[in-house]
Amino acid sequence: MTGGTWPHAPGFYVGDRPQVVTSRFQYEDSYTLERYLATDGYKGLRSALARPANEIHDEVKNATVLGRGGAGFPAGNKWGLMPQGVWPRYLVVNGDESEPGTYKDRLLMERDPHQLIEGCLIASYAAGLSQCFLYIRGEMALAQERVAAALNEAYAAGYVGKNILGSKFSLDIVLHWGAGAYVVGEETALIESLEGNRGMPRLKPPYFPAANGLYGQPTIVNNVETLANLPWLLNNGAAAYTAIGTATSPGTRMVAVSGHVNRPGVFEIINGITTFRDLLYGDEFCQGIRNGNELKAFVPGGGSAPWFTPDQLDLPFEASQVGPAGSMLGSGAIMVMDSTTDIPRAALTLTRFYAHESCGKCTPCREGGTWLERILSRVVDGKGTDADLDQIFEVGESICPGAFPHASNEKLGIAAVPFPYRMNTICFVGPSAYAPVHSALTLFRSEFDARIVKRTMIKVTAVSE
Amino acid sequence: MARLTDENIRLAQEIIGRYPKPRSATIPLLHLAQEQDGYVTNDAMAHIGELVGASSAEVFGTASFYEMFKFEPVGKYLINICGTMSCALLGAEELMHHAEERLGIKMGSTTADGQFTLERAECQAACTEAPCLQVNYRYRYRVTPGQLDTLIDDLSAGKLVSEIPAHGVVASVRQHIPADRGVGAVAPETVTENPVWLDGKAAL
Repeated sequence: MTGGTWPHAPGFYVGDRPQVVTSRFQYEDSYTLERYLATDGYKGLRSALARPANEIHDEVKNATVLGRGGAGFPAGNKWGLMPQGVWPRYLVVNGDESEPGTYKDRLLMERDPHQLIEGCLIASYAAGLSQCFLYIRGEMALAQERVAAALNEAYAAGYVGKNILGSKFSLDIVLHWGAGAYVVGEETALIESLEGNRGMPRLKPPYFPAANGLYGQPTIVNNVETLANLPWLLNNGAAAYTAIGTATSPGTRMVAVSGHVNRPGVFEIINGITTFRDLLYGDEFCQGIRNGNELKAFVPGGGSAPWFTPDQLDLPFEASQVGPAGSMLGSGAIMVMDSTTDIPRAALTLTRFYAHESCGKCTPCREGGTWLERILSRVVDGKGTDADLDQIFEVGESICPGAFPHASNEKLGIAAVPFPYRMNTICFVGPSAYAPVHSALTLFRSEFDARIVKRTMIKVTAVSE
Repeated sequence: MARLTDENIRLAQEIIGRYPKPRSATIPLLHLAQEQDGYVTNDAMAHIGELVGASSAEVFGTASFYEMFKFEPVGKYLINICGTMSCALLGAEELMHHAEERLGIKMGSTTADGQFTLERAECQAACTEAPCLQVNYRYRYRVTPGQLDTLIDDLSAGKLVSEIPAHGVVASVRQHIPADRGVGAVAPETVTENPVWLDGKAAL
């Protein structure tokens, strides 16, 4: 089946792989309660409610459900960071998907909103959360409509609200929506926005909103895909979940591959095992680089991630291998550049994004991001000098002191600098402005040099008699 | 310049009632105001401030952070063309130039007849369908210059009114929590005990 038949889910491909979160995408009415109930819907919730809450928490911990938002922190452990005896606790669902290249949470909200709602219910039951706020990115009109309609159906049918399914468990899920700001995807900025403020990240510590979050209360912020895993997990058990993928990266994960491939698309892949080569060249995935061109570079984990080149194609989707290789898996977004790509210009599209999205709270990001964008624009326009290229590294150093992660390259004879980096900012927006231009300059220096204006001394000859 | 209508005040109060603290409703209410007037007026911000317990300056402070809120009229159709990496790799710049030429305006401005506003947008989460754009937040995928012309023709001829509401309306479906089913929001300071289902026994 191809995604072509679905007006709202183009480019989604099933293949012969386990489907944990996308099993209903094949149905045209996948977003309705009727379809959801006909396909094991709310069965996981029912089985959860028949067991004590702490057992459900243990089940999630045992399954090692890694956060799918970017940082990859295990959800069960995150829930465990909440202080004992402090009530109420809240759940905030991060549906503010806006990392460049990322396209999965929107599909999950548009195509299977009940699965997400059931995930919210299971998490709230297990971790003792009193109210849930489902924060959807402002620009996603259809996702907001589908989730609103699903919540209305679920309330009417008794799956959400007071005494769910006749039990002692009660929960309101409130649909909340944003208004256009990338930085709100950072969890403390998301909370600020939900409190009605400008969406600027909070000073750390505390490092986790689990300790001090919404209204100063313990708050769990989980990504849409993370929560969408829970119904399947409850239906099939932690053992079945960990049987997919590897011990450190169990289950599946959704990835979006875009750019210069023959078949760009969204895929649910096996975590820890599928390699970038499988994804880019495999028949069941992207089927190679367009027009038979050579692969030049790819961004492995969303716009914030340092770039890879063909040297890293055989790495699997496994954080413990991608990190030492100099990048991150991030939000499951791969952007592919073929041999025709103008590398400095491509880097500019990302650096401009982060400069534009800086909230302005930290000086190194607010000023540094803009500087990087301006300098890079000048270079791309053919007006840059050698000093500009040095300046890029200097500005980067002020955002992220010390060695910045990058991939190894055999041809250039450079070794990898492992992830992560040190940073002078509260959140990752500043470093993310630097990552693309740093990778591009490190791995493709000659393309920048070719654009530099060479200033030559003009010989002034004295006019004499 | 308008405050919220009676119907919208009723909706606003329903929305405020879902949150433990009224100020959390600020962004949803700003959307409501923009839905009513096509943009967010000073009067509406003052009114929202009264409803959530904030000054109009605080409401403006919040509103001005977010790109979707407009403080002066924009076109009936806001066309956001994505220019971030995946779209840029597949022709977004050409699409933007084409849109500018076709409408006779630059990115960031509005046609004289008030029908169209063009904006350069950042990543819209449709990267596999590049280049993409949104008209009043409704997607169009893998757009060619020719398709953009057709889209503008169709919008001008009023052929898409049922699918694409005028600027201001984002989602056309609202959440509604029935009074007999809702738990109701509680101010966090009034809660001191764990939820009733956390007693070590099953809830069912």
